[in-house]
Amino acid sequence: MSIKETILSEIERIRLAGRAKDLPGLTDDLVLLDSGLDSLGIAVLVTRLEDSLGIDPFDDSEFASPPVTLGDFVRLYENAAQSV
Amino acid sequence: MKMRRSPFNSIREHLINHANPGRFLWGTAAQVHLSDVLTGTYSDGRAPDLCGKSVLLATQDQAAAALALIELDGIARRIIVCPPDLAAAHFPAVIARGEADAIVSDYDVPFAHDLLRVSSVAGIAGGAAGQDRPLQRTEWVLLTSGTTGAPKMIVHTLASLTAPIDANQEPGRVWGTFYDIRRYGGLQIFLRALLGGGSLVLSSAGEPVSDHLGRLAARGVTHLSGTPSQWRRVLMSPAARLISPAYIRLSGEIADQSILDALRSFYPDSRIGHAFASTEAGVAFEVNDGLTGFPASFIGSRGEVEIGIRHGSLIIRSGRAASHYLDAESGPLKDQEGFVDTGDIVDVRGERCYFLGRRNGVINVGGLKVYPEEVEAVINRHPAVRMCMVVGRKNTLMGALVAADVVVTDAAVGVPNEILAICRQSLPVHKVPATIRCVTALEIASAGKMVRHYA
Repeated sequence: MSIKETILSEIERIRLAGRAKDLPGLTDDLVLLDSGLDSLGIAVLVTRLEDSLGIDPFDDSEFASPPVTLGDFVRLYENAAQSV
Repeated sequence: MKMRRSPFNSIREHLINHANPGRFLWGTAAQVHLSDVLTGTYSDGRAPDLCGKSVLLATQDQAAAALALIELDGIARRIIVCPPDLAAAHFPAVIARGEADAIVSDYDVPFAHDLLRVSSVAGIAGGAAGQDRPLQRTEWVLLTSGTTGAPKMIVHTLASLTAPIDANQEPGRVWGTFYDIRRYGGLQIFLRALLGGGSLVLSSAGEPVSDHLGRLAARGVTHLSGTPSQWRRVLMSPAARLISPAYIRLSGEIADQSILDALRSFYPDSRIGHAFASTEAGVAFEVNDGLTGFPASFIGSRGEVEIGIRHGSLIIRSGRAASHYLDAESGPLKDQEGFVDTGDIVDVRGERCYFLGRRNGVINVGGLKVYPEEVEAVINRHPAVRMCMVVGRKNTLMGALVAADVVVTDAAVGVPNEILAICRQSLPVHKVPATIRCVTALEIASAGKMVRHYA
């Protein structure tokens, strides 16, 4: 699976466990906080991705430009994977 | 130690003496003029029935809780302030230990049918609020997570809660808090707004961050408070640009340098401070130099607060501390000299003190305490689990998350998901493990206990 596919399937898994309804489609311009994941859900996502992808781009970022959209989030991981 | 006399007898009395117009409490559904609180009632005029009672305050709506607190303070013997996520199973113990004989609520609270019930709404109607009520010093009981799952019940008074608050603030401040006012950190903001001449914007359960930020912007928020995790969430919202508060406050978790820097660069004109407080010890100090940790010069006596380090952990003595626990098993809240041991491990490096974590293994998930033992007890209900250990796992977004190592009798593929399902049924969402790892063994010390590696 590509990094993007891994991220999307993990998001679906977390959404499935939650109780949110009317979940939006996972498009690049979707605002992450509108994806059906709250901030705890996003934190869980980051932790699980650390286990499956072996990277945590938030770990050494200064958190100066946090990802707002799903596209931003995926790019953050793709860039981090290249610099490993 | 000499206790400073509080300038606030009751919230209501203070509002009467400072009835300047143009002050509001904004919820999602209702807007309440604070001067209307003095002549109207949230409770259909039934406040006099609650005189001298021990009142369980359990509402779904935060603004309804705010109005009830204003009306109950000074007339109830005791207010037991239930946080919004208090599990149904805990109500019997909370009611019994708090000797509750009345309840103020906006929903059907389980196990509370024997109590005198007053419905609360997030609005004010005209009619007698009982202006000539006898005034009494109300006990404020706050709840935090306990080791076994049953909440600790921590007794404050308006005097201890307001001791850190300067009543001489410039008027016209508009306060906002991401932290619920039914927990200590949020309650500080509620009291600062009410007793400092300001207004307050409150969110309601499930309100999206972007909507909350939009309402904060519409009301012109000037003073805004939240945990570092809540501020990280703000910066991930496109609506973060809508607000430009004069003062940004962080508390409830360790504020690391990255979130302080991120806020500084996103809100260059805001004053940014982080406070150290706990429900038991009260507000100990505020740090305003933009750096993580706190100056070593804070150790010792500063004004009414004494700060020390004992066995590596921060200890605090002041009139801001709670008086005692209502529940006997939580033990004494203070030592014989009146110090509260916060359990927060600090390291002194040169002129600066840094927080390293918690001594007793408490996991701080975005400002909410989680005792590993409570989660372990739930995981152990699964028949295939032989033993488990719950630990905190560092996370940039929430500070820490709950992680579990589990030894199972047969490593069937589905077991971790079944364990998660049990946890989701029994625990608030922040206590549900983010990851579950099946391991073959856990380290056992010679005394027969699991080896836990703390900070």
